[in-house]
Amino acid sequence: MQRNQRPECSTQIDVCVRCHLQFEAEYRRFALKRNGPGGFQEFYRLLQTIHRIPGVDVLLGYADVHGDLLPINNDDNFHKAVSSANPLLRIIITKKEDDPVVFATNSLQRRKKGLGLTGLRTTGSGSTHSKNKSGLMIGLPQNFRQISSIIDVDILPETHRRVRLHKHGTHKPLGFYIRDGVSVRVTPQGVEKVPGVFISRLVRGGLAENTGLLGVNDEILEVNGIDVAGKSLDQVTDMMVANSHNLIVTVKPANQRNNVVHRGSKSSVGNSGSVGSAGSTGSALLHDSPSPASQSNPITASTAEGDSDDEDDDADLILENDCLTPYDSHRVANSNSTNLNRDSPSNRPHNFAVGRPFPQSVSLPNSIGASLSDSSVMMSNHNGNPSHTASSSQESMREDGNTITL
Amino acid sequence: MIDNCGHKVNMLCLLQGRLLSLLDDNTIHLWELAAGSPREVGGVKKEGVISLQEVDNYSLPGRPGIESCSATRVTVLLLLKSCELLCIGTEGGGVYFLELPHLLPKESQMLLQDQVTQSLPDNYRCGKSLGPVESLQEHPQQTGKILIGYSRGLVVLWDLSTRHADQLFLGKQQLESLIWERSGNLFVSSHNDGGYSVWAVTSGNACNHQPVSSTIPYGPFPCKAINKILWRTTQTGSPVMLYSGGMPRASYGDRHCLTIQQDKEHVTLDFTSRVIDFFTVHSIEQEKEFDDPSALVVLLEEELVVIDLQTPGWPSLPTPYLAPLHSSAITCSCHISSVPSKLWERLINAGKAQQGRQQMHRNWPICGGKNLAPPPKQQELLLTGHEDGTVHFWDASGVALTPVYKLSTANVFHTDCDPSDDPQDPSDDPDMQQQEEEWPPFRKVGCFDPYSDDPRLGIQKISLCKYSNKLVVAGTAGQVIVLGLSDEPSDHLVDVSVVDLLQDREGFTWKGHDKLEPRLKPAPFPPGFQPLVLVQCLPPASVTAVALHAEWNLISFGTSHGFGLFDYHRRNAVLARCTLHPNDSLAMEGPLSRVKSLKKSLRQSFRRIRKSRVSGKKRTISTPTSKVQEANAALAEQEEVAPVQRRIEPRSADDSLSGVVRCLCFADTFLRDGTHHGPTLWAGTNSGSVYTYALEVPGVGSGRVCERGGTNESNLCVEAVLGKEIQLMHRAPVVSICVLDGRGKPLPDPYEASQDLAITPDMTSAHSVLIASEEQLKVFSLPKVSAKTKFKLTAHEGCRVRKVALVVFSSTAQEDYNEHTLVCLTNLGDMHLFNIPGLRPQVRYDCIRKEDISGIASCVFTKNGQGFYLISPSEYERFSLSAKVLTEPLCSIQLDRPLEPSPASDGTMTQPQANGTHKNQMGQAEGQTEEVPSTLSSPILDTPLDSPLSCADLTLGSTGELTVEDVRDFLTTVDEAENNLKNIKEEEGRSPGILIN
Repeated sequence: MQRNQRPECSTQIDVCVRCHLQFEAEYRRFALKRNGPGGFQEFYRLLQTIHRIPGVDVLLGYADVHGDLLPINNDDNFHKAVSSANPLLRIIITKKEDDPVVFATNSLQRRKKGLGLTGLRTTGSGSTHSKNKSGLMIGLPQNFRQISSIIDVDILPETHRRVRLHKHGTHKPLGFYIRDGVSVRVTPQGVEKVPGVFISRLVRGGLAENTGLLGVNDEILEVNGIDVAGKSLDQVTDMMVANSHNLIVTVKPANQRNNVVHRGSKSSVGNSGSVGSAGSTGSALLHDSPSPASQSNPITASTAEGDSDDEDDDADLILENDCLTPYDSHRVANSNSTNLNRDSPSNRPHNFAVGRPFPQSVSLPNSIGASLSDSSVMMSNHNGNPSHTASSSQESMREDGNTITL
Repeated sequence: MIDNCGHKVNMLCLLQGRLLSLLDDNTIHLWELAAGSPREVGGVKKEGVISLQEVDNYSLPGRPGIESCSATRVTVLLLLKSCELLCIGTEGGGVYFLELPHLLPKESQMLLQDQVTQSLPDNYRCGKSLGPVESLQEHPQQTGKILIGYSRGLVVLWDLSTRHADQLFLGKQQLESLIWERSGNLFVSSHNDGGYSVWAVTSGNACNHQPVSSTIPYGPFPCKAINKILWRTTQTGSPVMLYSGGMPRASYGDRHCLTIQQDKEHVTLDFTSRVIDFFTVHSIEQEKEFDDPSALVVLLEEELVVIDLQTPGWPSLPTPYLAPLHSSAITCSCHISSVPSKLWERLINAGKAQQGRQQMHRNWPICGGKNLAPPPKQQELLLTGHEDGTVHFWDASGVALTPVYKLSTANVFHTDCDPSDDPQDPSDDPDMQQQEEEWPPFRKVGCFDPYSDDPRLGIQKISLCKYSNKLVVAGTAGQVIVLGLSDEPSDHLVDVSVVDLLQDREGFTWKGHDKLEPRLKPAPFPPGFQPLVLVQCLPPASVTAVALHAEWNLISFGTSHGFGLFDYHRRNAVLARCTLHPNDSLAMEGPLSRVKSLKKSLRQSFRRIRKSRVSGKKRTISTPTSKVQEANAALAEQEEVAPVQRRIEPRSADDSLSGVVRCLCFADTFLRDGTHHGPTLWAGTNSGSVYTYALEVPGVGSGRVCERGGTNESNLCVEAVLGKEIQLMHRAPVVSICVLDGRGKPLPDPYEASQDLAITPDMTSAHSVLIASEEQLKVFSLPKVSAKTKFKLTAHEGCRVRKVALVVFSSTAQEDYNEHTLVCLTNLGDMHLFNIPGLRPQVRYDCIRKEDISGIASCVFTKNGQGFYLISPSEYERFSLSAKVLTEPLCSIQLDRPLEPSPASDGTMTQPQANGTHKNQMGQAEGQTEEVPSTLSSPILDTPLDSPLSCADLTLGSTGELTVEDVRDFLTTVDEAENNLKNIKEEEGRSPGILIN
């Protein structure tokens, strides 16, 4: 039916749909209004109709102007995808149970060579981008996780450092202690001593030590955007513990020699500039890649407050008892299915639920499982050949690698 | 008692609405009632309030820095009846004089020890100093003559006008105190060796070597000192002698005793805490020939005891307003606002029946003033649970807490004490058990009893349904008792039901204390609340949460192991759910492990005693006066701070005691779906889990029963089906759960909706549930639990939620307008107010000192924006967050001098009205003068100690948005003080400074 609309030409885009099912490959091409494409759900259902695969869970990806395979899983990136089509937009559909496609920079370039795709019109910028270098790999949407990093380099004074500590998926402790102390401030009235809170000790093997983002005697200035001046040690402790799922501390490092030098806003696309749990030091990395502002990187996109409500709002785990028969079974079926749509990717038994006597549906929107964390290890692996890393997660990486060669 | 400078107040004397206080740092301060300027509160012009203000202070010259051993350290104060001269006795033996009311030293009058020594016979002088001044007493008949007693034993009758020693009394025994006989013909001295001597004062005899008589009443074995002695003449016969101490050192040296003796009659009052001071209420009119004491008032460290001296047998008088709150340690409290008059009456009657035997024939001997406070609009109850298993019901409608009724739960159990012995009435007529043979003739007096027979009896949680008169009381050994109110005594067996909360979890064995054994035989229960059912949780861990829904006949209770639901109507357990985390081993230890229970509880008791001894006021510590101190404090602070480290780690699931059930809540709401509401039960744990159950209560719920149809209702029992489990991601302990109706208002209490006592909740639009954890406040929509709004308090402020309550704030301007607000007390002692369901912060106040952990833990809120917290083991502070609902002392004091700032009237009598409460900054020390001087060194206090408690509520400030007032048991209401003053005014205009001595 959409094909019928095709004659209304200038307001439409051509969309090439490439379907990636396990046993068959189907191609569809149809048109879509550029300025009113509708929502993601609508589009998702449309694709299911077009491909006659209703009820099959699929993952959507598109090729952007740089040739990167990027995901479509919400209204925002769907609109972004539609707007980026010039005029053709290539969409890749993968069945969900498949080995996950790895979204990566340059992934499509290589595919293009191998498969000789015609649908993609690459623009210059994408192809010029480091042909000799293997591209960065971008994980599945649900694989995106926030990792420890230095953030907001461009807005902070050089003497300060804002550090985000993430322990998603790792079992490492945050691993630092704080203490009271006296800080010397230079004020118009002269040098002034004020009470301050300092990092007193790092735990061996902890996140703080491993990432090298925090050091002993660093003065803590803010916790998740809140000034700690005038707060007691216990208050600061409680603030940090309460924010521990997404802890952002602004410190004045005791060692001021490793400060980030702000080199303007030359942004190199695809370089995450982040420090994973692999053990490289963040400051060193950031010398190479200042202001990591790549659009695809959720880390840099987050605000200093780190208090984006959607982030952990739904984090609370809610177990529903299906035995609790509702009066109207239809209603519940309905609600279950919407539930599924909303937070489906992470449907996975959680250890909390073990041993519950009743069948349950677990809605666990952004709990990222251990298996997912493995691929994030890979994210920080810049050479794109994960099989070389002596990591504990070789199994899953090999799978990822397979997908890349598809 | 600590004043705002952090010094202890050692003595107080009151004169004409003024107050003199001697502080620890050897300074004398004069306080005065002063009227504040009128102010406007909420558009209403209020009269200026009266507050006690410091007008002057004086310190004796002495070497600075070593005040404690200085010769000019004040040992005793005497205020002459004329109120014009203050005599100060010092450690060095000198007597100094200050002119009042401006504390001007009279250098010419100063009496140094040398002057006295000169007139001494050589054989008495023997080169030694006379020691500190121990006592100063004004001659009862001749003005201008004072009796000076020195520590070594010398007593001098000194004439102030001629500056000459009239007579010398060469005592040989170390002196403790002096007292005149009314006529002035003789005086009595009490001594260090436990004896007293009677000396005759006959003119013309300059040197008196021997007393008329000398007695050691509890001899012949060595006795402790008699710290203070009173000698009162009576019309009917021989004088009454009252003295503290003097007990045989070896056998009873550790008792706190006071002896009353008249002829052959001899009673040794045996108190549970130290005697600080005592005085008699007697006739003070000059014309009367005899003292005729009517009452003895004894100030003890923990309570105030009044003995009726006119009734044979000297029974004790129940105090109308100074009943000690902590007769046994307070373990929990609960406030009931707007008590229905029916329940109120029945409680009052039950209370009267309890007191029946000791019902007082006499009026309270200390007469106060006029209480101008209007009768309370509604009756309020404060319930306090105690360590000995009692629940005290206090009338909290007004400024003073008055005892209403006392409930004991000990008789439900088989305890060590004799079952026939009614354990709930220690104040049972004491003379009955008196054994004639015993010497000294001890009599237990007072109700302060810190030693609990069995710590397992302690009350942990209380819940009362004021409409159905059902009470649930839960204790330390996992006992949950449902009680009903009955006007008739009953003799019945209490049903016992055991609920195993472990639910056959493997690998857990309880190592804590045993459960209490219920009594197997029927027990007599007096009118009042009588136990119906006893539910025993197993393991018998302390009950941590309790909920009562009288309309559904359900109670729910939680311990550190899980929670249970019990239908007390059908007497069957509906549900038991274990909340234990597999790693949680600590939960099995129990708070009172069997092995160490005795030792531990003893230690706790001692600690409590020590704490109360140090008591004083836990007030904000303000800046120390001296620079050196300040510097030292700063140094000490720095040294102390350096090593403190805090580890930063998120909460993990396997923290110990994660299964502790923190809160329980019943609600009629939408859990199954959005169209059918029904009874639900909510439980929150220490590890941030919330369990919800849909209940099926026969006869309740929207048509559910009908659907099933056919079933006979009597066969139906309550069922609970697990609905949802919510795990808060931050895993902080759940402090409170509350369901909000479609309008965002909290659901009314049981019966309120069905009996039209509250606005029916909005059941048409979607409900939501407010879950307050220690770190966050969150509102979830129902029935699908999804987060709507939240406020991350800890993440923003660094403070943790301790107590949460939903209160109604009524508008002062508009009669019918009110708002529901969430009040949050944090570990820093401040109050945060949030609107609901938006959870927007409204306002924040400092309230309790953050170091005062027990104060924060004891805080309870009323439904209308007030609250209570313990500022010491025995005192509640009452505060108000509402501008509308204030409980303020309103009273009048009559003075015969004009108040300074107010324009002088005719100079004889103004009647300032004291109203309002402290001006804000809650908890800040304003009450320099309010409390009982708990550290008074009794022997040296020979000054007319006129009810040190009478000045209490005069510290009144303006009414801020947030007001505090004290409701503490040792406070008298202002009326008392006022009446005292009035009496003086009327009875003896000449010496208005002395009230009762």
